[in-house]
Amino acid sequence: MRTEWYDFEPGSWTSDINVRSFIQHNYTPYEGDDSFLAGPTERTKELWDEALKLMKEENERGILDAETLHPSTITTFGPAYIDKEKEVIVGFQTDKPLKRGIMPNGGIRVVKNALSAYGYELDKTTESIYTNNRKTHNDGVFDVYTEAMRKARHSGIITGLPDAYGRGRIIGDYRRVALYGVDYLIEERLEQKKLLERDVMETPDIRLREELSEQIKALKQLKEMALSYGCDISQPAKNAKEAVQWTYFGYLGAIKEQDGAAMSLGRVSTFLDIYFERDLKNGVITEEEAQELIDQFVMKLRMVRFLRTPAYNELFSGDPTWVTESIGGMGMDGRTLVTKNSFRILHTLYNLGPAPEPNLTVLWSNNLPKAFKTFCSKVSIDTSSIQYENDDVMRDVWGDDYGIACCVSAMRIGKQMQFFGARANLAKALLYAINGGKDEKSGEQVGPAFAPITSDYLDYDEVMARFDQVMDWLSVLYINTLNVIHNMHDKYCYERLQMALHDVDVFRTEACGIAGLSVVADSLSAIKYAKVKVIRNEEGLAVDYEVEGDYPAFGNNDERVDEMAVDLVHTFINKLRKVKTYRNAKPTLSILTITSNVVYGKKTGSTPDGRKGGEPFAPGANPMHGRDKSGALASMSSVAKLKYKDAEDGISYTFSIVPKALGKTEDERVEHLAALLDGYFHDKGHHINVNVFDRETLLDAMDHPEKYPQLTIRVSGYAVNFIKLSREQQLDVINRTFHERD
Amino acid sequence: MSMEGRIHSLESCGTVDGPGIRFVTFLQGCPLRCQYCHNADTWDTKGGTVYTPEALVKEIKKYKSYMKFSGGGVTFTGGEPLLQAEFLREVCTLCKKEEISTAIDTSGFIFNQTVKELLEVTDLVLLDMKNFDPEVYKTVTGVPLKPTLQFLDYLKEKGIKTWIRYVLVPGLTDNLDTIKSMAKYLKGYENVERIELLPFHKMGEFKWKELGYNYQLADTEPPSKELINRVIELLKLSGKEIE
Repeated sequence: MRTEWYDFEPGSWTSDINVRSFIQHNYTPYEGDDSFLAGPTERTKELWDEALKLMKEENERGILDAETLHPSTITTFGPAYIDKEKEVIVGFQTDKPLKRGIMPNGGIRVVKNALSAYGYELDKTTESIYTNNRKTHNDGVFDVYTEAMRKARHSGIITGLPDAYGRGRIIGDYRRVALYGVDYLIEERLEQKKLLERDVMETPDIRLREELSEQIKALKQLKEMALSYGCDISQPAKNAKEAVQWTYFGYLGAIKEQDGAAMSLGRVSTFLDIYFERDLKNGVITEEEAQELIDQFVMKLRMVRFLRTPAYNELFSGDPTWVTESIGGMGMDGRTLVTKNSFRILHTLYNLGPAPEPNLTVLWSNNLPKAFKTFCSKVSIDTSSIQYENDDVMRDVWGDDYGIACCVSAMRIGKQMQFFGARANLAKALLYAINGGKDEKSGEQVGPAFAPITSDYLDYDEVMARFDQVMDWLSVLYINTLNVIHNMHDKYCYERLQMALHDVDVFRTEACGIAGLSVVADSLSAIKYAKVKVIRNEEGLAVDYEVEGDYPAFGNNDERVDEMAVDLVHTFINKLRKVKTYRNAKPTLSILTITSNVVYGKKTGSTPDGRKGGEPFAPGANPMHGRDKSGALASMSSVAKLKYKDAEDGISYTFSIVPKALGKTEDERVEHLAALLDGYFHDKGHHINVNVFDRETLLDAMDHPEKYPQLTIRVSGYAVNFIKLSREQQLDVINRTFHERD
Repeated sequence: MSMEGRIHSLESCGTVDGPGIRFVTFLQGCPLRCQYCHNADTWDTKGGTVYTPEALVKEIKKYKSYMKFSGGGVTFTGGEPLLQAEFLREVCTLCKKEEISTAIDTSGFIFNQTVKELLEVTDLVLLDMKNFDPEVYKTVTGVPLKPTLQFLDYLKEKGIKTWIRYVLVPGLTDNLDTIKSMAKYLKGYENVERIELLPFHKMGEFKWKELGYNYQLADTEPPSKELINRVIELLKLSGKEIE
């Protein structure tokens, strides 16, 4: 046993890289309540005040500062601090807090445009290098894209593709840095590389050897980066403070070099708790100091920044980074994985106030300790900053050491990654089925040409037959497009540090997604149960619909339409499963729109459910605004029917309720919300964002943003700062169904 | 022909009509005309959607997990649910078979053999007292108080768990002496577990207008904090839990 591992119980983790084994042998489940928690220390408060000042300035100016010359690598920038004396956990991405680095490997145009949007100019030499000498991921993708792919992308039937920026949604096992130290990780990679010295070397081996070499370089640079802060991370962490710092350095290295859409943290709090418990037991730290470490760690996570174009911010509502941390859950052996650190990290929402990042994600199980459920429920009611995901459902599939990337994408930490695939707009696909493959907005032939529907009223069977054909075409095109993207991403924008913190043999998923689920389900329901009249323009293109009569809408726990939604997901994933994927990734599906439901709505014409062209879709798997009329549970129950095995990349549901509708007293509200979560997850719901506030609060915040600098709301799988939303998005949030009956 | 009931609406997530999370069934039809009624659209006995007991229980059953985890159940309100006691008796019998806890929110104005049978399958009664002064009661509701008191006696006799509800309307039901005597009166009813004070609100006003009724409380404001606190103090004389 290494000396740094004193007092730890040995296991398979001592001879092989196996963080889960370390956790299982050493963690202390906590079933008590929140009474042990400590407030912020003076220096934390002072430091946070300074950070808030910087953020305020940033908010006024768009961004605080940006690099224009040096593309960011792990070691490009030396150390940076807000106030060195007060910082217990150190490290920023660039040479100044909140200053944004540039990472052109994803694409130089995005970098250039983002800089100029904020009044900065990309250095000419840098631009020239990435235009003439060093090819980017973006260039690679567009070299290969077929005409069909370009058209599908342009019309928005496939949308949000990571073809011009980093794909993200990869979680390095940053805990390995703390547990093993970097030297050991390098040794292991060298050994693995040696195994690839085969007699006949083919492309997969050649590619992997190159990747391993890159990983080793990245690990060496990581050590160098940490040394610039005076920390030697070649060896394992010796105590709680080092464990937090080493873990953060691992993550920091990743976000210095990659600006993937979602750069999630993983599942570190219970891992770190083992070090906290050891230090607390040995009198090395006090509870105040333990909380200080977590507060300051979280403070750093709140200051993660990437350079994005304003259009990107508009799409995703603000400036999200998806620093998702997965909290709690149960172990395979039946012990809870809730530790005191699970409480401490949630407690940062009080010590530092509510915030959208890190994206705190509670892995909920019916078997979680009651006191923890109560605490979560209370924090949700007070801050609206937590999302919940079904541990009982996910543990069955992924074991008990998975984490959530981005919003709802589960992956076994250090063993699994995904090829992020954004989403296909199934509402548009339905319109293509009616219009014979022509886009309803441009009239352009985007899909394969087949006979359009010409009848005055839509016939369910006829529409379904055409829709099936469109989905066949779409699924093939979609997977092929992703294959192109991820092939090029591996080639030109490889995540060398993050992958160095994975096992060599990684399980890959091809994470497809759908947008517009409730629009399609309601449309099909309207066609079947009401009468839908088609309105065509002069060219014969169906551009609008009149619904005559009522139809059961998704979100009312009505089998007639809910089953249509369930079947649709099942049908589409099965079509995707038939298509060959890059690196044999397993196709999965998410029902998640982030907040781009507004933008997708804009790009999609009128639909047969009565939704007018341009109107927003519902976010994720949510029922359409105002159509879920049977109360909160009916809405939740409809969503819970969607099957996780058909959508293993996650099913996002956003729930907003006014405090009064949860009960009369505070205690009742806390109890009822916990029971609501228990019921929803018992019924196999996958994910839920919980917002508890009055519509009036939001209306007031629209008019007086200065009064609500930290007002946080959960949207589709993550949280945003409400005042950073565009007016249109703010209205979209306010117009969503608020469950408010009392 | 199987029995049918008239339902005004269903709410899957009720948190204020009995313990835990409750499926709230609003039944159509009411013989009372309470001035502050916030569900005036439930008065007409001919309106609503027709359900068989089986069809209604099928809807209720969907939320069993939520009821289980919260210690909740189903609450029948309205309207006056006892107007459809026979239908409700069937529904509650089916609910009991499903181990779903049942509550009835009523004025207690209707009392007959069928109601007695219904109470056999009722776990909790939310009895809206409206007022304890017969004169004021009549003014508020348009009907006499006496049947409600008889109903309460029967609940006591049968030992049926009861929560008393009282809507506090300034200028109408804020007769403090009467509230005091009501509190003392309730002291003798050990089946009464708690008294819920419901401050008047005007969220139902728009329905009166839509229905073409004259809403007499248009100028009445919700009770002040001071008034609410005074009434709570008086209600405490009952020795019951006050919510």
